Amino acid sequence: MSIFEYNGSAVVAMVGKNCFAIASDRRLGVQLQTIATDFQRISKIHDHLFIGLSGLATDVQTLYQRLVFRHKLYQLREERDMKPETFASLVSAILYEKRFGPYLCQPVIAGLGDDNKPFICTMDSIGAKELAKDFVVSGTASESLYGACEAMFKPDMEAEELFETISQALLSSVDRDCLSGWGGHVYVVTPDEIKEKILKGRMD
Amino acid sequence: MGDSQYSFSLTTFSPSGKLVQIEHALTAVGSGQTSLGIKASNGVVIATEKKLPSILVDEASVQKIQHLTPNIGTVYSGMGPDFRVLVRKSRKQAEQYLRLYKEPIPVTQLVRETATVMQEFTQSGGVRPFGVSLLVAGYDDKGPQLYQVDPSGSYFSWKASAMGKNVSNAKTFLEKRYTEDMELDDAIHTAILTLKEGFEGEISSKNIEIGKIGADKIFRVLTPAEIDDYLAEVE
Repeated sequence: MSIFEYNGSAVVAMVGKNCFAIASDRRLGVQLQTIATDFQRISKIHDHLFIGLSGLATDVQTLYQRLVFRHKLYQLREERDMKPETFASLVSAILYEKRFGPYLCQPVIAGLGDDNKPFICTMDSIGAKELAKDFVVSGTASESLYGACEAMFKPDMEAEELFETISQALLSSVDRDCLSGWGGHVYVVTPDEIKEKILKGRMD
Repeated sequence: MGDSQYSFSLTTFSPSGKLVQIEHALTAVGSGQTSLGIKASNGVVIATEKKLPSILVDEASVQKIQHLTPNIGTVYSGMGPDFRVLVRKSRKQAEQYLRLYKEPIPVTQLVRETATVMQEFTQSGGVRPFGVSLLVAGYDDKGPQLYQVDPSGSYFSWKASAMGKNVSNAKTFLEKRYTEDMELDDAIHTAILTLKEGFEGEISSKNIEIGKIGADKIFRVLTPAEIDDYLAEVE
């Protein structure tokens, strides 16, 4: 059994019209045993930048703490927030530093750049960036997520429709994966506000 | 370095609260060739005298104004070899930033890191402070910027500044001539006039150097032909 499948996870991000949505499941397991149903996989870096981390839960938490640390120092030095592209480059560099003893996580980064243009990307555990214009997925349910997103995604969706689409894609994908699920956590981010919603799906 | 006479830092405080080596470094800067910089509304210009020790020196091979990044340039007054070391370190720092963030380094950040290097050499054992003051000219998202960095490691943002032999006359001249809404070409003319003020001998495109950066964010050293054009306009 792969170490990436030890805790179970599902993370997805989608691009809309001047907005983005990022969603994750809420299960934390130790192989077949579920030990928490409210695990936080998506975290805010700043008001227009979110990162979702799938994979080994301990590395998810440690990597998030390291990234927040780096971003806070950047904010103090440069007196501005990091652009999403810049943050993605930083995450990639930090992951590659541990090339021969990596963090066992796959990040999904979503943000609003200059002119409120949405930016999403994912990378593997050693920092290979993958930019996308529509959606990115990660976690044990990634294969189902690819299928669901491909089928449900439309370009230039507004925030409401984007929320519906990403929620349906997430819930239907985690239903086919025994290691992820127990509800969903969705953030829809527009230039003016962040909407956070908890989904209730099949609790199993 | 076992000799106990030299086993303390050269930059130990004097009873009056000064770091004597830094004062001496500033003297070295003050006896260097004049250089100056002017921040215009749409760009920055930096300029320096280029007096060579003999007419036999191939002046085309000497370049005092250097690029740190495509959009940041620098000039110095003081010791040339110390300048080369700082340029090398600053270029490396700019490239490291670019490699980490895939974003060009903001001018303020590069100036701060260069100043940090200069400060380190005032607080380490067995080294001496750099004998140069730098003028750093750049154009980034915050617009045109001009910074002066001293051997102590302190740095300031200037609208116009001068350093070297003729500093007090040059600064007085700049204070009179500087206006907030000056454009880049006016700034270049003013820079030439300021250099001319304290110039010993005949000013020509062979014995001054001018670098400029405009809204195109590309730092360029002017060719002798371009300097001749500006000199002709100034006459």
